[in-house]
Amino acid sequence: MSNAQASDAGVISADGVPLKVSLARALRRQKIRALMLIAPLLIFVVISFIAPIADMLFRSVENSIVPDTLPKTVVALQEWDPASNEAPGEAIYAAMHADLVIAAEQKIHTRVGQRLNYEAPGVSSLFRKTGRRVDRMEPGNYKEQFLAIDKDWGNVEIWRTIHRFSGNYTSGYFLSAADAELTPDGIELVPENERIYLTLFVRTLVLSFTITLTCALLGYPIAFLLSNLPMRTSNMLLILVLLPFWTSLLVRTSSWIVLLQQQGVINDLLVSIGILDDQNRLELMYNQIGTIIAMTHILLPFMILPLYSVMKTISPSYVRAAKSLGANDWTAFWKIYFPNSIPGIGAGAILVFILSIGYYITPELVGGTSGIFISNRIAYHISSSLNWGLAAALGVILLALILVFYWLYDKIVGIDNVSLG
Amino acid sequence: MDKDDYIVRFENVQKSYDGETLVVKNFNIDIERGEFLTMLGPSGSGKTTCLMMLAGFEPATNGEIYLNGSPINNVPPHKRGIGMVFQNYALFPHMSVAENLAFPLKVRGMSKSDSEAKVKRALGMVRLDEFGGRRPGQLSGGQQQRVAVARALVFEPDLVLMDEPLGALDKNLREEMQFEIKHIHESLGVSVVYVTHDQSEALTMSNRIAVFNDGVVQQLAAPEVLYEKPENAFVAQFIGENNKLTGKVTAIDGDIAQVTLDGGGDKVAALAVKCGGVGEKSQLSIRPERVILGDEDVPNKMSGKVVELIYLGDHIRCRMEVGDSSEFIVKVANSHAHAALKVGEVTPIGWVTEDCRALDVL
Repeated sequence: MSNAQASDAGVISADGVPLKVSLARALRRQKIRALMLIAPLLIFVVISFIAPIADMLFRSVENSIVPDTLPKTVVALQEWDPASNEAPGEAIYAAMHADLVIAAEQKIHTRVGQRLNYEAPGVSSLFRKTGRRVDRMEPGNYKEQFLAIDKDWGNVEIWRTIHRFSGNYTSGYFLSAADAELTPDGIELVPENERIYLTLFVRTLVLSFTITLTCALLGYPIAFLLSNLPMRTSNMLLILVLLPFWTSLLVRTSSWIVLLQQQGVINDLLVSIGILDDQNRLELMYNQIGTIIAMTHILLPFMILPLYSVMKTISPSYVRAAKSLGANDWTAFWKIYFPNSIPGIGAGAILVFILSIGYYITPELVGGTSGIFISNRIAYHISSSLNWGLAAALGVILLALILVFYWLYDKIVGIDNVSLG
Repeated sequence: MDKDDYIVRFENVQKSYDGETLVVKNFNIDIERGEFLTMLGPSGSGKTTCLMMLAGFEPATNGEIYLNGSPINNVPPHKRGIGMVFQNYALFPHMSVAENLAFPLKVRGMSKSDSEAKVKRALGMVRLDEFGGRRPGQLSGGQQQRVAVARALVFEPDLVLMDEPLGALDKNLREEMQFEIKHIHESLGVSVVYVTHDQSEALTMSNRIAVFNDGVVQQLAAPEVLYEKPENAFVAQFIGENNKLTGKVTAIDGDIAQVTLDGGGDKVAALAVKCGGVGEKSQLSIRPERVILGDEDVPNKMSGKVVELIYLGDHIRCRMEVGDSSEFIVKVANSHAHAALKVGEVTPIGWVTEDCRALDVL
């Protein structure tokens, strides 16, 4: 009874303050100190990592360049029915003229052209051309003058594109990233021969899965050996496992080029010992095989290390117990040792899979065209085509995919079953 | 006796890990059917190595081990059919208690219904009927211990090895488990080879104890023999509490040796057990509870100065200076009969000749 009353009112400490309050007060100093300790890193991470990423991801939907550069046109276009199959009226051309005069003065008309060019090829040159002559137009009869500059201004498709992308936000980048486009009839996939991103996403996933599998197959015996050897020997071998980390990634990948190319070490060796005919040299790189071989090698330590640390914790007495109970070597391994090493496989697999799904440099160098990943395409849009919106959309999809796989992994394997030792 | 009458026989077994030193030097033992034999010794004395050789996890460097009359040096562990309880239990963490118990039956290809019945019986034997569905991690240390014992017994081996199975338990639980294991042994009639460094555990449970030191069995005997009649100074020191006095043998008459103690030069008579000849050094061993306080009529009389008194409830430990030893312990029963002792007091002590054994010098 008294206990119940105490819990209703809350326990009171000696000075009459509720216990929870005085506990919070007592812990506050500690919390502030802890926060101050992490503050430099927290600020660093927020400013240099989280904020740029958030900004980059935001670009995948951001479309303010169209309404900002063509404000009057965007307002005027609301009157126009894109399903009408007729070019808009004079008022809209007038608005476009007013917008373009200002934009051409500020020299930003090419940017909006470039933006719209992603959606309808040809818009970029149309805007550049028009921008050069727009200040020489006579007042009135703008439609005629626009059509005189380029008859594309009478093309309903061009106006439909401007109309479609006149909002502040757009789903256009995401649709392109999923090989789809917005047509008057709704969202449709682009023709099959133009689909590149879906193929790349599927390939990225399949290859990452294959690499994870080969890493597990190759890494498990090594980790097993390492964890069962005497300390001195295993430490030395562990250095060999870590050695690749001390070598530049580029050097490691390039050495695979030396080994795998058609006139490379492996092919030469196979030809010289007569296994291969000189005409039938193996194509080991600039394709998916090259990507798998090189990336398996590069990511192998990420599989071995968690496996090793988990195997280290498996007491040898488990296997001994199993044998004393009548299990032969294989049964003792398969029924007792292996199940206890699964958390290590789990940790290694998730590390390797997530690393490889976003890998860039190795597929770029040895992947050729058939062995590249989605990240190579993202890099292309960031640095070559400068279509950052599409790159951001691809990045968001990739991030979402990883999260989905993480969730699936948690459902199937259980994240509690992952251990780094 | 023929060697077939023994369940286990070690014949001139030697073991070396590095090829330079012998961990086990010429080990010979015959373990009888149904016996509870304990290998007792300090760590590094070779007792666990002997157990591992018997289980098959370590090959014998030299010599032969027989199980049920046939040599087993080349038989892999899983074919020896020996149950084993490990130091840290080695219960499989990813299996439930029942699955752990069913494991030895499953690998033997036993049908599910038979195996279930046996598991149920084994769980009942260690009084854990309700715990079959739990994981080992959800059990207390004592319960895990009982599961480990049940698992080693569930496939009905004739021989069970236990490697310091109670080492991780606290004192009360350890004593409880000692009796439990003892009772299981008696009711099932299996042979048990038990390794421990805890002498009270060995004394409580065993039929016979092999005291190991430095790779050699110092004495193999029943607990009471080991305690009352140690054959050398190591056993006297290792088993129970012991007072040692050193001196020189001056005469041997039958099985009685006359020894002149170092320090005071007192002459005492002792059983000549392992003291060498006249003129050699010897270590006398007297159990603290066999020392008689006061001026009684005993053959050996000396005097001791009380240095320290420790009150232990049922008895009082009295540390004395006797001869050249200042670590001479006398256990005084806490009764009205004994005289009140005071620190600094010199008091007469004595013992009967049979309680004092003249042994080798360590």
